[in-house]
Amino acid sequence: MPALLKRLGQALGWMPAGFFGGIEVPDRKLTANEPIRDCPVPDVLILPMKQHIGEQCHPCVHIGDHVLKGQKIAATEGYVAAPVHAPVAGKVVKIEEHRIAHPSGLGLPCIFIEPDGSDKEHRYDPLPDWNTRDPAELRERVRECGIVGLGGAVFPTFIKLVRDQHHPIKTLILNGIECEPYLTTDHRLMLEHADEIVRGLSILRYMVSATECVIAIEDNKQDAVEVMRQAIVRAALSGVRVLAMPTRYPQGSEKQLIESITGKQVPAGKLPVHIGVLCQNVATARAVYHAVEHGRPLTERIVTVSGEAMPRPGNLRIPFGTPVRFVLAQCGLEDIGDGVHVLHGGPMMGERLRSVDVPVVKATNGLLALYEGQIRGLNTEEQPCIHCGHCGEVCPIRLVPNLLADHCRNDAFERAEAYQLFDCIECGCCSYVCPSSIPLVHYFRYGKGQLAQIRRAEAFAEESRRRSEARERRLAREREAKQARRRARKASQSAKAEGGET
Amino acid sequence: MHILIAIASLGGFALMAGLLLSLAQKKFRVEGDPMVEKIDAVLPQTQCGQCGYPGCKPYAEAVARGEADINHCVPGGERTMHQLADLMGVEPKPLEEEPTAPMVAFIREDECIGCTLCIKACPVDAIVGAPKQYHTVIADYCTGCTLCIEPCPVDCIDMLLKPELIEHWAWPLPETERARIGRERKENHARAA
Repeated sequence: MPALLKRLGQALGWMPAGFFGGIEVPDRKLTANEPIRDCPVPDVLILPMKQHIGEQCHPCVHIGDHVLKGQKIAATEGYVAAPVHAPVAGKVVKIEEHRIAHPSGLGLPCIFIEPDGSDKEHRYDPLPDWNTRDPAELRERVRECGIVGLGGAVFPTFIKLVRDQHHPIKTLILNGIECEPYLTTDHRLMLEHADEIVRGLSILRYMVSATECVIAIEDNKQDAVEVMRQAIVRAALSGVRVLAMPTRYPQGSEKQLIESITGKQVPAGKLPVHIGVLCQNVATARAVYHAVEHGRPLTERIVTVSGEAMPRPGNLRIPFGTPVRFVLAQCGLEDIGDGVHVLHGGPMMGERLRSVDVPVVKATNGLLALYEGQIRGLNTEEQPCIHCGHCGEVCPIRLVPNLLADHCRNDAFERAEAYQLFDCIECGCCSYVCPSSIPLVHYFRYGKGQLAQIRRAEAFAEESRRRSEARERRLAREREAKQARRRARKASQSAKAEGGET
Repeated sequence: MHILIAIASLGGFALMAGLLLSLAQKKFRVEGDPMVEKIDAVLPQTQCGQCGYPGCKPYAEAVARGEADINHCVPGGERTMHQLADLMGVEPKPLEEEPTAPMVAFIREDECIGCTLCIKACPVDAIVGAPKQYHTVIADYCTGCTLCIEPCPVDCIDMLLKPELIEHWAWPLPETERARIGRERKENHARAA
């Protein structure tokens, strides 16, 4: 009966449409009532040259330089990129490769800054009169301030803020869903900085001239819903709705949230803008507000430090570049024993850290310390697939995970691609429900990685072919020229000889 | 009488068909062997000659003619062998040699005498330099074929492992999480040591 009522409500538009599949997970929001506290500044900050999706930055400071807080220290000419700014005032002590939070355990070039304890700050010109300015100027500001999607995907934000005549943006969605268990960064941010988020929303709305705005929050955060509603009233904004969505994982994923709110799906290989939607995380909106109204670049973020093995969990405001080991020590986790594992990100999509000597970056939304017994992959062995079909029922993209995993396992990558491997968002629902404990997402990552390598090898072969053929042609040309010269010489010699005779 | 009509009409048809076919052969003539092109397209174009032929194209021609076996391409590895087997309609065969990790040539410049012999040997023009000037390898274009090593009179070319880039890293096949942790611990110790 409740299901029937729900269907009726959805059909009449009283309730959000919901999205296909998904799972219910225990939300374990241990830190929901922990106010945001400042993380102290460590002795040295390590800033990787790439903290976003896209092209790597190059340092634009030198060893020994003094930098101000908020000063740009790395940038690139590339389009899909976000510059890096110094989170503190201090001295650049070295620039060298250092490990980052990445499953490979490999490193990236990093700038090391030793704080000098001062709070000398560099700011861009504040633009409090943004609603009279050209959106292109604001967009440039968002780019310059290094703002990326803070929900975890770290895609440069300015790229999404484009006004396109063919695809006008109708709906602006502010994502405060935070469906990953444990994480409470967006939740605390909404409770403590609701007005700043709403200001950010107004700026974003002005930039893309969206007609309607939705702030989406899951109904396990009723307090945040209430606070955001009040903030909207205080700001006297019209055309903004705060929606309490039924809690379901992975509703915070952009495409799922759009489906949930508008009932429309983003087609495969397309972007939300193609169906007239812009989706931004609440923390990103707040960063946009700081960049525009205060000229402050993105140099810190809120991180949930939690997990059952964390002695003093909390929500910390952490400058980028702070070593994870230092952050964990702030929460009472000094030495990590053999039975404890540290995760970077949430438990569903995050990565187990191979080393805690990596810096906090723009993508770090959570740092979790979990006991070995809590991590499924450590306590189960992969069993043969029994073709129960649960994975297909929960896949929010409507893929066929068991079939895809088979193709990946058998290195039939082209076939996996034909079954839309690249549409997988790696949410982990299929692995979560699999009764045979098959690490399905891991197989998809393997398949995607192999396909990327195959494509790279093909492109390289094509380039080599082009170069080798060009060389062959050049050699043929040179041979011909040589022969022509020889013939000419012979001809002139014989002409001379004939001339000598007569 | 009937038999004559039958012979004449069938003969006529045959003549017509013959004429059409010969015209079509002239008009739609394919330059080169399409099979060679197809085979060449799946070869890795390293031009290394490890198959015993002077380049990828000659090996493709030999395979198309049925003279060379499908399992001689070392850098192509398992995948190329399977693709060749598919193209030629034969059973896959075990590889003669396992492919090595991708390499690039590197010239120790202070030892280089500027003889240009390696430049001439490079099948993809990936070495720059001029007579009596240092030469250097453009690492992005080097296929790791090792053809420049032999001609160098002062042995100043090394083959180095291609540096592992974080953007090019790919997930391995799932191993049990426990095995993975064990391997990573070993790697970490090795790194520390």
